[in-house]
Amino acid sequence: MTKLFTTAAAVALMAGTALAQQDTITVGMQLEPPNLDPTGGAAAAIDEVVYANIFEGLTRFGPDGSIQPALASEWEVSEDGTVYTFTLRDGVSFHDGTAMDAEDVVFSLNRARAEDSTNAQKALFAGITEVEAVDPLTVRVTLSEPNGNFPFNMAWGDAVIVAEETIEQAATTPIGTGPFTFTEWVQGDHVTISRNENYWGEAPALATATFKFIADGNAAFAAMMAGDIDVFPVFPAPELVSQFEADPRFTVIEGSTEGETILAMNNAVAPLDDVKVREAISHAINRQEIIDGAMFGYGTPIGTHFAPHNPDYVDLTETSNYDPEAAKALLAEAGAEGLSLRLMLPPPTYARRGGEIIAAQLREVGIETEITNLEWAQWLEQVFTGKDFDLTIVSHTEPADINIYARPDYYFQYDNADFQALIADLAVESDPEARAAMNKEAQETIANDFVNAYLFQLAKVGVANANIEGLWENAPTQANDLTDVRWTE
Amino acid sequence: MKLPVQLLIGAVLSVFFVAAALLSFIWVPHDVATLTISDKLQGPSPTYWLGTDHLGRDTLSMLMVGARTSIAVAIVAVGIGMAVGVPLGLMAAANRGSLIDEIIMRGNDLIFAFPSLVIAILITAVFGPSAVNAILAIGIFNIPVFARVTRGGALSIWTLDYILAARVAGKGRVRISVEHILPNILNLLIVQGTIQFSLGILAEAALSYVGLGAQPPTPSWGRMLAEAQTMIFTDARLAILPGLAIVAMVLGLNLMGDGLRDLTDPRVRRARA
Repeated sequence: MTKLFTTAAAVALMAGTALAQQDTITVGMQLEPPNLDPTGGAAAAIDEVVYANIFEGLTRFGPDGSIQPALASEWEVSEDGTVYTFTLRDGVSFHDGTAMDAEDVVFSLNRARAEDSTNAQKALFAGITEVEAVDPLTVRVTLSEPNGNFPFNMAWGDAVIVAEETIEQAATTPIGTGPFTFTEWVQGDHVTISRNENYWGEAPALATATFKFIADGNAAFAAMMAGDIDVFPVFPAPELVSQFEADPRFTVIEGSTEGETILAMNNAVAPLDDVKVREAISHAINRQEIIDGAMFGYGTPIGTHFAPHNPDYVDLTETSNYDPEAAKALLAEAGAEGLSLRLMLPPPTYARRGGEIIAAQLREVGIETEITNLEWAQWLEQVFTGKDFDLTIVSHTEPADINIYARPDYYFQYDNADFQALIADLAVESDPEARAAMNKEAQETIANDFVNAYLFQLAKVGVANANIEGLWENAPTQANDLTDVRWTE
Repeated sequence: MKLPVQLLIGAVLSVFFVAAALLSFIWVPHDVATLTISDKLQGPSPTYWLGTDHLGRDTLSMLMVGARTSIAVAIVAVGIGMAVGVPLGLMAAANRGSLIDEIIMRGNDLIFAFPSLVIAILITAVFGPSAVNAILAIGIFNIPVFARVTRGGALSIWTLDYILAARVAGKGRVRISVEHILPNILNLLIVQGTIQFSLGILAEAALSYVGLGAQPPTPSWGRMLAEAQTMIFTDARLAILPGLAIVAMVLGLNLMGDGLRDLTDPRVRRARA
């Protein structure tokens, strides 16, 4: 009798396992996208749903951040570096059945660079002077000046290829060329996508995927524990991750992102216009303490505005090492003792918790801070647009964005003509070795000028069911590419 | 005369927190402005009697200084309410039925008509979140409460014979209000003040919880709760302790308010005698 029960139990277990060999997945996301058109909105959440799943561009980011062919199988650059000729893949169709050809590429790029374009990253298309369809599978893009970065620009979610007939409805029912088709969007709850059986590449293992939006860290924790969510690629509460690490049902995926988290300083106002004061603040900061205290150990210290996983990265953390005595000496030298600075903090945990830690660290060297917690809208208005701040903490998540330091009107207002010239040269340089050298010089320049205090590279701490494989470990761009995701049992 | 039991319990609880808050001015176990990240999330120990929070701050010290924040906000807020509301109420009662009475009381109704926390959120959203704005917001909503209680109490006293005598003796309305009305409604105001005090502490905690009260690094019970929210699975102590502090303090003040009312209300006093 006992044996019978055991057998029955075993059968039941096997049936359970058989059921678990599923081809559906529920992905948790903290924020819901405001719409689903990546060419018409800046929100990272849009790309996190549609990039590489629904929409594809001429090129794409690989999981390691490399630029890979996507809708263009190959491309050639002219001798002078101003003409790119893209060869499109044959037999690619949109989800509505119409073929994807050169005309669609011409339409997509011209739409993105048009005067009235609402594209959030118009700078990606700024150098384009002409886009022509040579034949149905060949597109020629002419640039005003050489741009070695053009294939990189084309990999962004903002540069995906769309069809003229369906773009109007892309905000609510996106139609692209990707391995998944859009199924439904229940606002405030979830977006569902399904396998595209007519995909040009290898069809994905998953039949359907649901993106569920859970903003609260505790609710996200409960949903993971209950099995309602299979994977949370960017888990919102790092303090709870240790619970998943201790549980064999889950794997914790720690990767890096493009998010350089910095203590930004207003370089245009006294006393922060004095490089000595900025240097003192940089030396007053103990990065490891911030990573441990605010991020529960997740994050890599950085000494400049560059991602550590990038081959061109230079470790400059020693330039602004933790040295409170040096900080005090510098403040005395600058005649800036007894400073009181305003510290504006946007909502993310890294800013709110990190801000309290930084306030305590600055107090150690004699700088008082007045903390103001701001919501994103207020932060964008007052700090980012209004430049009315002394210090703020924010993570710059755009890839390879050191060129923001060449914009004197950017919110931290760093104005260095040499650096601007360097970035202008970098933009037109296509020789990889020369580019690497220039990238290094750029990193050193901003580190030696102590433009901002560079804190840490934001980690991507994801939690997933242990039976799922094929998830991206790092986040070279804002995406949840599900093409290679599958259940292992 | 025997003191009501709830008055005793309430007074003990209230005095306990006020004493802790006063003590925090001269001594706390650990400085709350210093973070010791390496000691974060420790349980109770001889060094940290109630453990540490996620930034390595001593929870007991945080609670003590947090009590100070709460009590300071509540005292000033009740003070604003009394300082403005009581004269308004006296004035309305002294001029009963006149235009002044109408204007004061309808103005009161106007403020009463808004949910107080919503307006507090509005005020802090417009003028920026800070402890001062939280005090102002809570204080403004204490005004109509005190004005109404004062007017109600004053009206019943205005009808009494000795007030008539005072008027016959030639005393003016202002003098009667201050010399005869106010002392006789003082018990009402003290009871109401105690209740408003506890509501002020709750309001401060609520505003700080949503990030509109005292700004970091000033410790506040409400913010301690908010910060502990995501750590409730890892270390529930961080949420339970400030929660208990709020409950105990508010309960203490309410019991004390009830006890004071029993003590001063002649009807209850007569019933007990």
